[in-house]
Amino acid sequence: MPQYFSRSANTFARMTILALVSGLGLVCWAGFLIVRSPYEMMQNVPREQPVPFSHEHHVGGLGIDCRYCHTSVEKSAFANIPATKVCMNCHSQMWATSPMLEPVRESYRTGRSIEWTRVHDLPEFVYFNHAIHVHHGIGCSTCHGRVDKMPLTWQAQPLTMEWCLNCHWHPEQYVRPLDQVFSMTYTPPPNQLQLGAKLVKQYHIQSLTSCSTCHR
Amino acid sequence: MKTHSICVLVVVACAITIGCRHDMQDQPKYKPLGQNRFWADGRDSRPIPAGTIAVDELNADDPTHTGQANGAFLDTIPLPVNMSLLERGRDRFDIFCSPCHGWLGDGNGMVARRGLRAPANLMDQRSRELPPGYVYQVISNGYGAMGDYADQIQDVRDRWAIVAYIKALQLSRGAPLSDVPDDQRAELTGSSTMGGRQ
Ligand code: HEC
Ligand code: HEC
Ligand code: HEC
Ligand code: HEC
Ligand code: HEC
Ligand code: HEC
Repeated sequence: MPQYFSRSANTFARMTILALVSGLGLVCWAGFLIVRSPYEMMQNVPREQPVPFSHEHHVGGLGIDCRYCHTSVEKSAFANIPATKVCMNCHSQMWATSPMLEPVRESYRTGRSIEWTRVHDLPEFVYFNHAIHVHHGIGCSTCHGRVDKMPLTWQAQPLTMEWCLNCHWHPEQYVRPLDQVFSMTYTPPPNQLQLGAKLVKQYHIQSLTSCSTCHR
Repeated sequence: MKTHSICVLVVVACAITIGCRHDMQDQPKYKPLGQNRFWADGRDSRPIPAGTIAVDELNADDPTHTGQANGAFLDTIPLPVNMSLLERGRDRFDIFCSPCHGWLGDGNGMVARRGLRAPANLMDQRSRELPPGYVYQVISNGYGAMGDYADQIQDVRDRWAIVAYIKALQLSRGAPLSDVPDDQRAELTGSSTMGGRQ
């Protein structure tokens, strides 16, 4: 039988296989990059809401504390979104005829919930707990950014596993005094690492990195 | 040909498993404030039937929960009043009351300045004479144009802590200089305003 291919075709065949395998690897790697990119995680994208609620006005402008509305953030895993009644404490009188607030008044009249769009949404195989973080000196702004400057709320951090672990490995880089947890203007002092190490001891913070901490 | 079909298979499998990801991501379970099309009101959380009382929580006659005894408002605070209660009270007052009544309780909070119907000045003579049980009851049930804070301040001890702090503010705002301990008087005479929170 005559030979159809020259010897160099062998190398060619090997190269093709190599290229295919590494190409596949590249595609998977690119896929991972895309899946974890700020774009896919919807980082920094202000979300449309049924009522254009502005933290900038209510927190930055009026100085209302987070816990006036997010009342359960110190007590439970879940930081609640305020009930319509909470808005009506003020808006039964102020801006009481503004069309912008019609969904709030309608919800108050009918008892149906306002359907806020979730901004942060971890996958449901991840367990997260607000109370633990708040009581160990991790400030809202470390994870949520300058909420008091957001006309519409967006997600300021990537919320990838890498991001969580980065702090669980080195909590001393982020921990702050307990009375500053709700402050939006707190900036870490230049000696954060020393202060952090001291606070880590004082608040008995462990480095929790076993899988079952977050996947339970 | 065979290697090719295997490659194609692997790529397709990859694509399919990427698609699977969201089954674990969005599990069909009930979450707080979650949305649920099954129920008419669209909520995961089911309302508690009217009249439900948790074990040991029938408090209808307990003065600590009603602020009243024998039909009259309590004129004392039914918890031990100490520094930690007052500190807790200041903390909660600053969160829940100061937006309208102001840091000093004088009715001059940020929201009042933006035109809310004048919140009461908690430092005036009328307010000073309100019994603690009445102030507690205002927090729990609201008063006139002021909504109730029963849902936002669920722990009754926190409500009493606020009452205690308001009473302390009222005392401090009307205190004569002679009540100040000798060693601290000099600090105060230098400054023109005396107040609870500076
Ligand atoms: C006047 C009430 C009010 C106050 C005060 C307030 N919030 Fe909010 N917050 C809301 C409402 C309503 C939403 C839902 C709409 C939205 O996402 O913007 C919300 C949403 C959020 C979200 C996004 C939740 C999600 O969907 O993932 C974060 C994070 C948040 N608030 C943080 C804070 C922080 C931090 C503070 C204090 C600095 C604060 N809020 C103070 C009312 C309030
Ligand atoms: C403590 C009082 C208070 C509460 C509680 C409150 N608001 Fe407001 N809100 C105000 C005031 C005061 C303004 C006017 C802001 C200004 O003049 O800068 C305002 C303005 C607004 C506006 C007008 C647009 C804007 O951003 O200026 C919207 C919309 C609004 N609030 C939505 C809400 C919603 C939704 C809630 C419930 C989660 C809520 N507010 C709770 C006091 C309050
Ligand atoms: C360690 C980081 C971290 C800190 C600190 C933190 N949050 Fe969050 N927050 C998150 C994450 C992650 C989510 C998304 C949770 C989910 O999807 O289950 C979230 C969600 C929320 C939500 C939406 C409701 C919920 O619980 O899912 C609100 C509101 C909120 N945070 C407010 C606050 C406030 C107010 C503070 C400060 C007292 C705060 N957070 C501190 C990480 C943090
Ligand atoms: C900025 C720092 C920081 C970030 C970011 C952070 N954590 Fe934590 N986390 C802590 C600290 C501090 C503790 C307390 C450790 C201890 O209890 O000793 C903690 C504790 C926990 C616990 C333990 C709760 C329990 O009941 O034992 C869980 C679960 C957790 N974190 C999940 C997460 C998840 C999920 C994320 C990412 C979405 C995250 N954390 C991001 C600092 C952080
Ligand atoms: C501090 C909390 C934390 C710890 C500890 C942790 N994870 Fe995660 N993990 C997360 C978060 C948050 C996500 C979701 C990230 C995302 O949405 O991309 C996640 C996602 C994952 C995923 C899915 C990845 C994907 O792309 O869908 C796997 C698999 C996983 N973790 C395995 C582990 C293993 C194995 C360990 C132990 C070595 C571990 N995790 C420890 C927080 C944690
Ligand atoms: C949203 C604004 C607002 C907030 C927040 C608020 N109040 Fe008021 N409060 C008012 C207004 C307005 C009045 C006057 C009501 C009237 O005259 O109809 C009032 C009146 C009062 C009175 C006087 C009752 C009387 O008989 O004279 C007391 C006591 C009081 N508030 C206590 C509190 C306490 C304690 C808190 C915090 C838990 C609080 N308020 C939070 C708006 C507010």
